[in-house]
Amino acid sequence: MIWGVLQFPGSCDERDALHACEVHGDGARLVWHESRDLDGVDGIVVPGGFSYGDYLRAGAIARFSPAMEAVAEAAAGGAPVLGICNGFQVLCEAGLLPGALLRNVELRFRCHQVDLIDERGGERLSIPAKHGEGRYYAPEAMLDDLEANGKIAYRYAEGHNSNGSVRDVAGVTNERGNVLGLMPHPEHAVDPLTGSTDGLRVFDRVTQVTA
Amino acid sequence: MTVGTPKHRELGLTDAEYELIVEKLGREPNDVELAMFSLLWSEHCAYKHSRKLLRRLPTEGERVVMGPGENAGAVDVGKGFAVAFKVESHNHPSAVEPFEGAATGVGGILRDVFAIGARPIAILDSLRFGELDSPRSRHLLDGAVRGIGHYGNSIGVPTVGGEIYFEEPYEHNCLVNAMCIGFAKTKDMVRAAAAGPGNAIVLMGASTGRDGIGGASVLASAELGEGDEAKRPTVQIGDPFEESKLLECCLELLAKGLLVSLQDLGAAGLTSSAGEMASAGGVGIDIDVAAVPLREADMEPFEIMVSESQERMLAVVEPARVAEVRAICEMWQTGSAVIGSVTEGGAIRILRGDEVVGEMPVEALVDGCPLYDLEPAEPDGWIYGNRATLAEGASSEEELLALLGAPSIASKRWAFEQYDWIVGSRTVRRPEQADAAVLNLPEAGNAIAVSIDGNGRRVACDPYEGTIEAVLECAQNLACVGAEPLGLTNCLNFGNPEKPTGAWQLDRAVSGLADACNALGVPVVGGNVSLYNEGPEGPIYPTPVVAMVGELPDPAQVAGGAFLAAGDAIGLIGPFEPSLAGSELAKQRGELKMGLPRPEVADVAAACEIVRDAVRAGKLSSVHDVSDGGLAVAIAECAIAGGIGCETNVEHLRERGAQPEEALFGEGPGGFLVSGDRAVLEELGAVLLGTVGGDQVSIGAGDRSLSVKLAEAHGAWASLAARV
Repeated sequence: MIWGVLQFPGSCDERDALHACEVHGDGARLVWHESRDLDGVDGIVVPGGFSYGDYLRAGAIARFSPAMEAVAEAAAGGAPVLGICNGFQVLCEAGLLPGALLRNVELRFRCHQVDLIDERGGERLSIPAKHGEGRYYAPEAMLDDLEANGKIAYRYAEGHNSNGSVRDVAGVTNERGNVLGLMPHPEHAVDPLTGSTDGLRVFDRVTQVTA
Repeated sequence: MTVGTPKHRELGLTDAEYELIVEKLGREPNDVELAMFSLLWSEHCAYKHSRKLLRRLPTEGERVVMGPGENAGAVDVGKGFAVAFKVESHNHPSAVEPFEGAATGVGGILRDVFAIGARPIAILDSLRFGELDSPRSRHLLDGAVRGIGHYGNSIGVPTVGGEIYFEEPYEHNCLVNAMCIGFAKTKDMVRAAAAGPGNAIVLMGASTGRDGIGGASVLASAELGEGDEAKRPTVQIGDPFEESKLLECCLELLAKGLLVSLQDLGAAGLTSSAGEMASAGGVGIDIDVAAVPLREADMEPFEIMVSESQERMLAVVEPARVAEVRAICEMWQTGSAVIGSVTEGGAIRILRGDEVVGEMPVEALVDGCPLYDLEPAEPDGWIYGNRATLAEGASSEEELLALLGAPSIASKRWAFEQYDWIVGSRTVRRPEQADAAVLNLPEAGNAIAVSIDGNGRRVACDPYEGTIEAVLECAQNLACVGAEPLGLTNCLNFGNPEKPTGAWQLDRAVSGLADACNALGVPVVGGNVSLYNEGPEGPIYPTPVVAMVGELPDPAQVAGGAFLAAGDAIGLIGPFEPSLAGSELAKQRGELKMGLPRPEVADVAAACEIVRDAVRAGKLSSVHDVSDGGLAVAIAECAIAGGIGCETNVEHLRERGAQPEEALFGEGPGGFLVSGDRAVLEELGAVLLGTVGGDQVSIGAGDRSLSVKLAEAHGAWASLAARV
């Protein structure tokens, strides 16, 4: 598995994501935002940060980048796509994932370790979360549909939903399951030295769908 | 401008300084020249009241890669890598506009570090505010914390540590000191000296506007007082997205060897960057203000030269490489313009197109400012207020809870959770997990630890001993994680040096800093001075903020500050001799007065070595240095962090002359509270204090013995969020 990690001006976590991809897969490279070239890349990470300064609205400009056009094509072809934090916001803005991310209910950026429940098997993961605009929102009818069709990938464990996400949603997938977005940061949880290795389970999940 | 006041006085120059400028130029300066002189001859840029004192500091050491005079200091960490670091104040801008003041403080210190070719890998900050019950303090705290988070989080550099103290004398003049740590291949690092007449001067990054004009002279070098609202336009506005692009762009240019030298634009903007680059290289510089990209078309030459618009860098580039440099800037969507050239001779010339609008000898502009001797005089006694907040006759339990809940001691989780402390994947110890931040350096095969400290209250009690204590506190914090000091930097935040007491505090503190660094063998690789920190009610506490970087061989062998296992023995290592002088308890009782006991630095250093070796050998379950609030607070903090109680007795300290109350809450350097195997603790020479276990924090101290529920102690310690 060779990963490509998108790099926008203002990306912050692309080096961490690159490292996590190297730990998880067989290799990884950065993909510049102006490039459509995904040759040799099997899966894509849209990393965290503040793409284009998050001017206008988080992820609103990045979705129009040439690289994102290529990602949309790859996703349609079934390639695994993992959007983390700002990457999740970009995927929602691009319409590759349902819903939207709003400002945290406390209106403050917060960085802390959170527990997630994998909705597929109930596995509990400990992963850092850090964002100011991570409150997941979707209309009731859409949420019912997401729940009914298993498209909610992760929920915050009880007591860990600090951003006010509706129905404790931390991450969702598309219909097919190959596009996964979440607010917490699995790329920061791949080394016991820095806290946890549970993040690798998230990379597993998005790749197993297409395997 | 007030009618009748000479222009040079409005700009902060004395009559004698003005006459000296006339003498050096051989004529009256024009407006452009006067503006430039007034900034570079300000306290902020010229260090005219502190430079002589700073010569006392030891600056050399085997591991020093870059010392004072560069944009940041740097030490060798092995395998061809270096760690750069610097602390800088942004006090006055933060007191006027805390969010932007703190944000641009972070932006400025980041630029200092990437200016020498190091990638920023961590931020720490040291903050001081008035007491938390003051609305002004809560406003400044909230703004400064949000500002630091906004800039650091947005640019992808983790904020891994810091400290916040709340004391009355900072009510009108808060302190915001930001520190940046960078990591570099030593061979890729670059100095700030301009070289090679004929080379191009390239201005990179944001365009130049009217923001921050006069910041250095009007804001940074005068006391705060009435009418500060009117100064708001002189505070700069930051844009971390611009800086993020500029950072990546500069690091790419340096890695490709395309720059001769690089310098950030900070206080005094183009004036100081160009002046300092020319001075360091012994060359001249021509700058054409007409070539500077502007935000407002009608800016005057002097405004362009002194603007403090953020996110700009100045580079010297060989003419043949200008096109390549500008192409890389374009790729990163960051601005670039050739605005001048390096010249022979020693003049800095300002042009507007073909017209010369200013011409000064670099030597006069950068190094010509007179340096002043201080006229110190020791005050008769305690010059600050001190209102009692603790009821008379409070029990030991009440005192412990009051100390744990004191804003300066209580958990700062509310603040550090607003910072991204993990980006970069180097953060081995998160804030509050250990006494020092620990950053993994897999490239060099080891790790570094960083600590930043400076208890202004204790320095006010005795500027000399208090400053020694600040250095020792840093050294002890490093020892707690198994690190050995490599280098030190500092930010000296003081009041008016032209007043006898301010001069005395500064003079004594610098001597303490020098003596402590010499005794520990730690070189000072850089520093920053912030003077005139005074409000309408007087000066701030003298606050030397000391930051130390150390090295540890194996990040997997780092102890934390939490009790781990029931049954572990608890012990005290080191020459700790508790005294209530200058303590948090004395403050709460309204009993502050001058004087601190004198520590034996060599004994503290020996204890640091014992602890460091034990941590590196993985012998200890926990280590925490005894600091604010004394031994009782240190014991409670380890219990709270571990979620497990303890049964202890501190009466042994009677042998060191401590009364029960002093044994509990007395402060002083040299103490390490450790837990682990009893035999190991005995072997290390620890005084055994008790055992980990249970759900009470129990401390025997004769007639002052205390026992509180762990949950109650935790509640007091975690009470800050509800009060901010």
